[in-house]
Amino acid sequence: MSTLEIIVTCIKVLAVFTALQMAVPVLVIMERRGVSFIQDRVGPDRCGPFGLLQPFADAAKLVFKEDITPRHVDKLLYFLAPAFCLIVPTVAFAVVPFGSGIRIGDFTLSFQIADFRVGVLYLLAILSMSSFGVVCAGWAQNNKYGTLSALRGVAQSVSYEIAMCLAVVAVVMSTNSDSGVSSTAMSTIVADQGGTYLGFFPKWNVFTQPIAFFIFLAAMYAETNRTPFDFVECEQELVAGYMTEYGSMKFSMLFMGEYIAMALQSALLVTFFLGGWTLPWVDLGDGSIAGGIASVIVFLVKWFAVAWLYIWVRWTLPRLRYDKLMDLGWKALVPLALINIVATAFVGVWLRS
Amino acid sequence: MKTQLKKADGLEPRPMVINLGPSHPSMHNTLRVIAELDGEIIRKADLEIGYLHCGFEKIAESKTYHQFIAFTDRMGYTSALCNNIGYVLAVEKLLGIDVPERCKWIRVILAELARLSDHVMSIGLMAMDIGAFTVMLYGFIERELIYDVFEASTGGRMTMSYPRIGGLVKDVPKDFGERVLKFADRVDPFCSEVEELLENNRIWNERTRGVGVIPREEAVNWGITGPLLRAFGVNYDIRKVNPYLTYDQIDFEVPLRPEGDVFARYKVKMAEMRQSARILRQAVEKMPKSGPINIDDHGIILPPKDGMKGSIESLIHHFKLIIDGIKIPAGESYFCTETPNGELGFYIVSDGGRHPVRMRVRPPTFYNLQPFPRMVEGGFISDSIAVMASLNIAAGELDR
Repeated sequence: MSTLEIIVTCIKVLAVFTALQMAVPVLVIMERRGVSFIQDRVGPDRCGPFGLLQPFADAAKLVFKEDITPRHVDKLLYFLAPAFCLIVPTVAFAVVPFGSGIRIGDFTLSFQIADFRVGVLYLLAILSMSSFGVVCAGWAQNNKYGTLSALRGVAQSVSYEIAMCLAVVAVVMSTNSDSGVSSTAMSTIVADQGGTYLGFFPKWNVFTQPIAFFIFLAAMYAETNRTPFDFVECEQELVAGYMTEYGSMKFSMLFMGEYIAMALQSALLVTFFLGGWTLPWVDLGDGSIAGGIASVIVFLVKWFAVAWLYIWVRWTLPRLRYDKLMDLGWKALVPLALINIVATAFVGVWLRS
Repeated sequence: MKTQLKKADGLEPRPMVINLGPSHPSMHNTLRVIAELDGEIIRKADLEIGYLHCGFEKIAESKTYHQFIAFTDRMGYTSALCNNIGYVLAVEKLLGIDVPERCKWIRVILAELARLSDHVMSIGLMAMDIGAFTVMLYGFIERELIYDVFEASTGGRMTMSYPRIGGLVKDVPKDFGERVLKFADRVDPFCSEVEELLENNRIWNERTRGVGVIPREEAVNWGITGPLLRAFGVNYDIRKVNPYLTYDQIDFEVPLRPEGDVFARYKVKMAEMRQSARILRQAVEKMPKSGPINIDDHGIILPPKDGMKGSIESLIHHFKLIIDGIKIPAGESYFCTETPNGELGFYIVSDGGRHPVRMRVRPPTFYNLQPFPRMVEGGFISDSIAVMASLNIAAGELDR
């Protein structure tokens, strides 16, 4: 790795980290105005143009609040948990390709921090750590609501992660790796989805792997603890769940972590199933500056669409019950994902022969 | 397993006791449930009430009959007019008076509007507690429109104290009928929208069907009334069984469901809202367009304000009524009305003085809440939230 590459990577890390931090206020205002639209009301519109500054005002309020540490908490975990919640989804973003790349001379600036050969594995490994934050927070606060929430959180994450991983396995299997590239690299999965069938039909995995898509979609809501799977913090049952004893900046870190997880899952859905930065009818991966910028915009548009889906679902559907959640996870999604893998294998072999 | 654990480190598995309330997001009132949990399942639920006890019944003993009207608002704040009307009807029964026809129809209309406002709220809150937050805000829109009608006619939005013993505070505005009809036309689209949003949803069905069921006999024995009882398939509606006001002249149905679960309660309330709209349309049509709204006895009802300024008799009546209140002949009476939550009864004992000697309120929610532990024990925590929401407790009435 040359010095230039290291410097560029550092800049990319900073840029992506900043962008993610900024995605939180964007998502928050999108959610609040979006839900107002769904619920026939105005929503926050006083603070800045169209209320765009509202999340910043909220953040400022949270930062300046007194930081209380209740006496009955487990101090170490209590401090670590918010950091965990924030860092895990942020770190996972390292392998998400958010654009094609720009070629300047013989240096290629790819819009992805790190393109591992085993990007998918890295991602799944990091994602499975996401429940740690919830468990730590729930356990550390020494509160019954928090404990229940943590128990629910870990059970939910474990069961839905399996379904999610299996869905991704099917995607990896169907990704073409004939030319020697690794099909577990995120960039390969995206590049494979570029182009069209018969000249017009997008080669997105959502069409070739519809079952995996829906499994991933369901698991994605469960992983981020959003309605209809928001057991971890369902207000009506567990007050604020694992966030009950948190205030001030620590609360806002938990909150941001949750939204970054949402941003991450949206980005993953786009990457795995909706073609990532590719546009079926135009080749954006030619290395030109225009192509590179256009690919980032394409990615962002898709990302916003999925994020909106999150908001839409949250404010439309009621919440499942805990046992139904487990039923859905273990009795429906996991077997379905396994069947999907077997089917993918058969179809793959049949296509090759 | 149990003994092994005990041997190993002195620990014994024991249920987790969790406290829902008195200040908890799902307790829309101050009321407490102490739940013993085995994982997610409630093994034992214990209710604790009385956090909003105001001593209304005792206060009544030192208030004149008119003064107590304002307290009935505070008892059932989500359907204040139904409580107002129930109380004045009870006093009127004790007095043995009959109010003019127009007054009766106005009371019917207002009571049905109050029922609608209570039902939209209770369905909205039920949906919210199950996680469908949006339905509650749709309900709020409708409730605001009902409150607009209330405001135009009574001057108040939430607590009106509009009826008086022997009549009403003032006549309704000229466009009252149109306003009511305009709202009645909104009920059906609203119900259809909510039904579409919820009933086509598998999650809603799974969360509500078969939840919170107790045997029908038990429901009757606990003294459950109102939509809750009708969700158990028991045809008991005081508007039909013992018609008061002008309910006997109105053609409406009593919706019933056999299951008794949360879903049935929701369905009964939905159907009742449609019936209320039907009652509203008929009542506006049949209501005398003009005529007196108060009885012609200024020993009971205040004389008109402008008359009071002009004639000495009116002034004396006014003075006597305000200072002394109504003198009600010695006796006792019980009168019950069908409020949105069920049978609201007032038992009044008079010794001929200006205050009741004893007033007893039969609040529907108190009886409706009693079987709550039976309904939730053995179920999930989530179910207890759904059941609690379906009972639609108003703590003002519950604790009095």
